[in-house]
Amino acid sequence: MELLTVLQVLDSTVRLSTPLLLACLAGLFSERAGIFDIGLEGKMLAAAFFSAAIAAVTGSVWIGLGAGITASVALSLLHGLASITFRGNQLISGVAINFLAAGMTVLIAQTWFQQGGRTPALIGGGRFNGVVLPGAEALRDVPVIGPIYYELISGHSILVYAAFACVPLTWWVLYRTRFGLRLRAVGENPEAVDTAGISVTRLRFAAVVICGLLCGIAGAYLATALQAGFVQDMTAGRGFIALAALIFAKWRPWHALYATLLFGFLQAIALRNQNLDLGFVTLPAQAMDALPYILTVVILAGFVGKAVPPRAGGQPYVKER
Amino acid sequence: MERMPKWADVVLIPLISLLLAAVISAIVILAIGEDPINAVQLMVKGALGSTYGWGYTLYYATNFMFTGLAVAVAFHARLFNIGGEGQAMLGGLGVALVCLYLPWPHWSLALIAAALGAGLFGAAWAFLPAILQAKRGSHIVITTIMFNFIAAAFLNYLLVGALKPRGAMDPSTARFPEATNLPSLHDILAPLGIGFSKAAPANIAFLVGVLACVLVWLLIWRTRLGYEIRAFGHSEPAALYAGISPTKITVVTMMISGALAGMMAINNVMGEAERLVLNATEGAGFIGIAVALMGRSHPFGVFLAAILFGFLYQGGAELSLWTNIPRELIIVIQALVILFTGALDNMVRLPLERMFMAFRRMGA
Repeated sequence: MELLTVLQVLDSTVRLSTPLLLACLAGLFSERAGIFDIGLEGKMLAAAFFSAAIAAVTGSVWIGLGAGITASVALSLLHGLASITFRGNQLISGVAINFLAAGMTVLIAQTWFQQGGRTPALIGGGRFNGVVLPGAEALRDVPVIGPIYYELISGHSILVYAAFACVPLTWWVLYRTRFGLRLRAVGENPEAVDTAGISVTRLRFAAVVICGLLCGIAGAYLATALQAGFVQDMTAGRGFIALAALIFAKWRPWHALYATLLFGFLQAIALRNQNLDLGFVTLPAQAMDALPYILTVVILAGFVGKAVPPRAGGQPYVKER
Repeated sequence: MERMPKWADVVLIPLISLLLAAVISAIVILAIGEDPINAVQLMVKGALGSTYGWGYTLYYATNFMFTGLAVAVAFHARLFNIGGEGQAMLGGLGVALVCLYLPWPHWSLALIAAALGAGLFGAAWAFLPAILQAKRGSHIVITTIMFNFIAAAFLNYLLVGALKPRGAMDPSTARFPEATNLPSLHDILAPLGIGFSKAAPANIAFLVGVLACVLVWLLIWRTRLGYEIRAFGHSEPAALYAGISPTKITVVTMMISGALAGMMAINNVMGEAERLVLNATEGAGFIGIAVALMGRSHPFGVFLAAILFGFLYQGGAELSLWTNIPRELIIVIQALVILFTGALDNMVRLPLERMFMAFRRMGA
């Protein structure tokens, strides 16, 4: 394969990994605090719709981003209300949120725009456009480094760079701040956190809101940067791939980056070629679709290192009296 | 001491949850600019006002009965099977293989074989997540979700490849032979002198679904295995102490659950489409979650909840035909039912419990 082809595949890997990465980090905050979240998909979908809808109406993608984040955080708070305040089943709450988003987005899209459950196509300021990094044009003709810088590193939307910056940021918050220490503690042993006089409820709500924020950016990226507008069910299982990546990464930020890059790479290949010829065997495109899930099951089965979730994950905390 | 009488737990809480879901749905309809009362009238007329409407309502209800029972059986062992969708897809594959590649003299024999095939394939698809949960501690919710996606990719692969007849355009199998076509409710009721719509897809699988409800009731409350499943669901350490093997119960329960979900295919694949198409399940596996929660995991509750959701599906289709309310309203209602009966259960339950306690104090 030529360098340019390789670069194009890697370029779309970066684009396709971005929403996965944001959603994966979102899930990381929530699950590290002991709140399982299988509603990542729904939150992304809601954010995708509201960001596209508001961007289409106002013509400003930044207002759209704000609306997307608001919608996603609202669903997060609903999840928090169900699973923290009322100590309900976190998994069932996640399922409900996924359906709520799937139904509501189309319902509102149809009512507002009457275009069969989509938003109008976004143009001009209604979209996040690629950012050309300084020197990209000048370096373009330098062999090897030039194309790599121009094609692969430069030219993405601002949200892509933000997503990648979130990885070290997440690492720093989790492992180098007091808040991060408490957040991890509340996912492992909430009793200890409570004994230290820190509110378990408040910490978990904080984690859930951060989760909503990141899912909101992920959804907005889908509708206003990766594509130009919202279509029905446009997340297409990305929330679940992110969940798979989270397990694959064993709930660690840097590994989340590697996992989402791998899964994004698989999506990029499936998008480009129908089938992948490995020389000795030809993999059908459907195998590429299924591979993230199969890998996750293998990891979960503990055959390649053991994925141990946060110990208090999924259990509501009942304060002792 | 029980905090409130049993009838309140079984009847009152689901009803209040349903009411809350209905109120919010009404607000949504108002926000769209339509009249909720008119909407309900349209739904009732469209779903229950004719034998054609009933035919569709019962057809959908049959799907939901199987998937609802699947989720309910797993709930009794405190296992959350989100994989009904994938298991139902594989069930469809089982039905298709039985109908296409074996010669059948009569539909009744074909139905028995197809039900077995569907159950076997569904159970097999539930087996891996179950054994991984039991032996390796892999969270069954995550693995069953993953298996849904793997099933979708697998069926996609088969339906655009090996199973598609030569020269066909759309990704589906060939039509099943005439001899495997199931009698519709029209065919069954006609000899009894009862007129029933010929166009509606409800078929004999509905009766199989009702039979499945009865059999699951017998299994859960009248057999040793059912007792073990419930004991395991109540307390794993206690079950272990009583000599019940957690591995066995997890695997057996999940396989029964998978088989039930898979058997949905005799309704939608064999009874209605009469061939296997892409995405034949249409989310029925997930509706099973709402149905099981609504029905409080009891087969009779599941039966009623399945009929209710069948009504909502058919009514919703009619609604989108005559008004500006999109069909997706049903997904919203489904989400609200899951939310209120499942996740926000305590929001309804705690005030009620307090109320009953107060009554009791006043009475004493």
